[in-house]
This record gives sequence, C-alpha cells and structure tokens, in this order.
Amino acid sequence: MKSEYKIITNIIEKNTRVLDVGCDDGTLMEFLKKNKNVDIRGIEISKEKVQTCISKGLTVIEGNAEIDLKQFPNNSFDYVVLGQTLQAFINPEIVIKELLRVGKKAIVTIPNFGHWKVRLNLLIKGTMPITKSLPNDWYNTPNIHMCTIKDFVKFSKIIDFKIFKSLALVNKNVSNINNSNLFFKNLFAELGIFLIEKKNEN
Amino acid sequence: MNTNKQIKTLQIKKPLKLDCGKTINDFPLAYETYGSLNQNKDNAILIFHALTGDQFVTGKNPVTNKDGWWSYAVGPNKSIDTNKFFVICANVIGGCMGSFGPSHQNPETKKIYGTDFPVITINDMVNAQVNLLEHFGIKKLFSVIGGSMGGMQVLQFVSNFPEKTKTAVPIACTSSHSAQNIAFNELGRQAIAADYNWSDGKYTSKNTVPDKGLAVARMAAHITYLSKKGLQEKFGRKLQERDDLKFGFDADFQIESYLRYQGSVFVDRFDANSYLYITRAMDYFDLVKQFKGNLSNAFINTKAKFFVISFTSDWLYPTQENKEIVIALNAIGANVGFVEIESDKGHDSFLLDVPDFLKALKNFLEKSYVEK
Repeated sequence: MKSEYKIITNIIEKNTRVLDVGCDDGTLMEFLKKNKNVDIRGIEISKEKVQTCISKGLTVIEGNAEIDLKQFPNNSFDYVVLGQTLQAFINPEIVIKELLRVGKKAIVTIPNFGHWKVRLNLLIKGTMPITKSLPNDWYNTPNIHMCTIKDFVKFSKIIDFKIFKSLALVNKNVSNINNSNLFFKNLFAELGIFLIEKKNEN
Repeated sequence: MNTNKQIKTLQIKKPLKLDCGKTINDFPLAYETYGSLNQNKDNAILIFHALTGDQFVTGKNPVTNKDGWWSYAVGPNKSIDTNKFFVICANVIGGCMGSFGPSHQNPETKKIYGTDFPVITINDMVNAQVNLLEHFGIKKLFSVIGGSMGGMQVLQFVSNFPEKTKTAVPIACTSSHSAQNIAFNELGRQAIAADYNWSDGKYTSKNTVPDKGLAVARMAAHITYLSKKGLQEKFGRKLQERDDLKFGFDADFQIESYLRYQGSVFVDRFDANSYLYITRAMDYFDLVKQFKGNLSNAFINTKAKFFVISFTSDWLYPTQENKEIVIALNAIGANVGFVEIESDKGHDSFLLDVPDFLKALKNFLEKSYVEK
C-alpha cells in the first residue's frame, strides 16, 4: 500500500460518499471501502484498468475527467480524490473547479516538481528531469502541466479555493506544510497532498 | 412454428392494458429457464432478447436446432453462469416463438390477427414479462440483462419496477430510438410490405409467406449490426466460388452471398408480421419522452446497481447513446458503472465471442452477487 493512499484514507471520514478521479486499478477505492465504509465511485480513462476495477467489484465509469465530471451534480460527493493526475490535464484550472463543484471537499496530490533532485537534474544536466515518479522523456510524458508545491499554494490564491490541510510526503514520512516551512517542504517533499474546499460557500 | 410442444408457456389471465389503448387478457407468454432457483429465490436473472431473438438463450434451440442466441454468454461457468444463477427469458409479446403475437388467432374473429394485432411497445413487453416473477414466486430478481432491444427492456423494467431487481445491465442500447434507427427499421418494414405475398399482413390465410421481403429486411438490418472494418476484414472484395467477375447479377462477392444466406435462413425462423410489430416497438421507445425530457426521472426510485456496456464499433447504438444513460444515472447519484469494450464486430459484439465483454459481464455479476 502506497503511503499516499494511507494518508488520503486518514483524511477521509467514515461513511461518506467519495469519487476517485483517475482511480487506476482501484487499489485506493478498495482500501477506502474496507477501512472507511465509504460509498465510492471511480472514473478511469484506461479500459484495461476499468476491467481490473470491475473484477474487484468496484463501481467505475470509463471516462475522461476533463469531459465526464460534468455529469455529476453540485456537491454530490463528500470527497473527490485526484491522485497525481492534475499535471496530466489539458486544463488543470477547469479540473480543479470541477472537483470543487462536484465534491464538498477535494483531495489533490501532486508530484512535486520543486524537489531538489528535479531542480538539480535540470541545473546540472540541463535536460528535462527524469525521476522515479516522473519516468518519461519530455516528448512522451503525459505530464504536461508539472507544478511545485509552492505553485499549487499560489494556484489556490489565483483561482480562490481554500487549502484546509497540506501535507508533504518524504520517504514515507508525512509532515504539515505551513507558510514558514514552505520553502523547505517545496525542496524536499516528493509529493504534496492537499485537502481543499471552495471558498465562500453559503 | 409456435405449436411446438417444447415451448413452455405461461397463460396470463390478468388483463394487460397496452400503450395503444387496447387491453389484452388470457394470453400466452412463452419462456424458457436455465439453472435452478435457490431457496432464498435471490439468484434469478431475467434476460430480455433483442429484435430477432427468442426465449432460447443458450443450449440447443429445440425449434431451430441451432445454438441459442446468447450461447457465448449464458451457460454453466459462462458470464451468466447457470450453475449459480436461475436464468429466465421470455419471448416478447408480438414475437413468433410462442408468445402472443400477430400469428395467433383472434378469439373473436377466429382469424389470424396479422396486422389486426394491437401495436405493442417496449413498455407492454416488460409489463407482460413481470408476470413471470409472480409465477416463480420471485420478489426481487438478482439482475435484468439485455442487449439492443433487450437493453431497452432493461431500462423500462427498472423504471416500471424499481424495486424488483438488485442489478441492471443494459448493453449496446439507447434510451430513445434515433432517427437513423427508425429509418433502418422502416426500410425493413417497407421491404416486407413491398413483397406481393405479404398481402397486407394476411398471408397466412393465403398460404403464402413474404419471404423475399423479409429476407431483404434481414439483409439490410444485418449490415447495420456489423462494422465497416469488420466487413472489410472478413470479406473484403473476395469472390464467391469463382475466379473472376461474371458480369451479371449473381452473388459474385462473398459478402453478397453471405447476406443472401443470412436472409434465407432468417425467413425459416421468423414471422414477417412479428418483424413489423417488434421493429415498431423499438421505434416507439423513448424513455426520455416518457419522463418529459428528463431521463433521470425514469430511475429516481431505484436503488439498483447498473452496469452499462457499449462497443467501440457499434454505430447503431453508439457509445454516446449508452453514455447518456450513464449521465442520467449519475445526475441522481445512482450506482452506475460503465465500460466501452474495444471490438470491431459492430453492434453484434454483444452476441459474439468478445472476451473483454464476457469477462466484464461475468466479473460484474459475480462480484455484485456476493455484495450485501
């Protein structure tokens, strides 16, 4: 089990309605179902992975989050989870807005492009960084909108959503991110995990 | 063809008010079952057949001596596993495999109905079939499953009887018959009507059969069940038992010969008037209109778990039309899964050996069955 999934599961309350966007092979869905007794749905673009989810008895819709989130009514889920895929969308801004429309809260995880190895890679080699979590070359990567933890925090101010909780993952260790440690977390975290909510909801 | 003693029928005494306004009563509904009903009576699956199907889903069809129409999917250890599930399938009313239809005698006039048979709808079909539940003492089905017109019946069934099934699997279908589909059906009906032997539907009394018209209808429809790629790969421009073109109008090409064969075997097992009635029922199917433009309202009262399946090369009931069902269900927070299966076998994919489809169907049913 990925540490990321454990952290997400800790954030999510029991007996809630959850949508996992880009649910992959349904590992997180299964884990959440078992540990939090949630009513969970998934969206997944890969036919093969949809099949895997079906074989696990999970309710999954084959679809593209950029198009198919539209069909869900406002606030129809307590949590919408988007694990490490924000950077792969053509328009991450629309996706974030959709997540916040469909879910009362959203959990977004991002591979941190501000990690020191990534920075060093570009600085020393002068080529686009290739790491364990970002294994593709620049020309064949699905990750077209990489961002750093700092970028995401900035993004929350630009499109005006609230960050409730921000966590940094380093070597399976979780820590809180705050304004005073943002510089360091952005340098050392492999993954940023954010619990977000739309602002001014009445 | 419907006097065969291997056909089981349930005589339905309860009057059934049809959408056309007429009421039918004391009519036969032909059905077949596979597997056995368990003690809790919670393992029953009602399968709905498509336009030219019948109640003989799997095994040997005792009337045609051919394999059942869904032999790939239904049987021991198959996707719809008859070792586990009790499968029921009825011939639709208006059909010609024993259920009340245009080839039956009108008790009032003592004549064969022909086109005097009332026009029936998908709604009428499922309202007739729900009587089977009572007959077997089943309060709640485990699943309702069907492809094409069978899928339409699935949608209508869940809408009419929201608490009578735990799961629902509409496959390669639509919630509202499209203009293109009505057009193809009309082509078929006109082919039948253009056959001199059809005699305004009274061919039985004249001891003739409009087999030419019915065969053409089948040939045209058959093309719509396949895909361009599938046809090209299977037939291409291959010639039929000849080395060169014959400069005439015999079947030079394999595809011509294939279609002629499909037409000719079809007329042996199907009634032309039934073809008119059933295609009409499909054309009239518009669940969106039934719920005043909001398909979601059709499913608002059901807790059934849905699994919608479409096929990439199905241009008759394309993925988009299947997805509209998914969208309507998601709009009300229903429990719905969806997958589009990669296949170049066209609309017919659901009837054929398409492993990804058969696997998805099996997994969905078996996982859902053990769920509380």
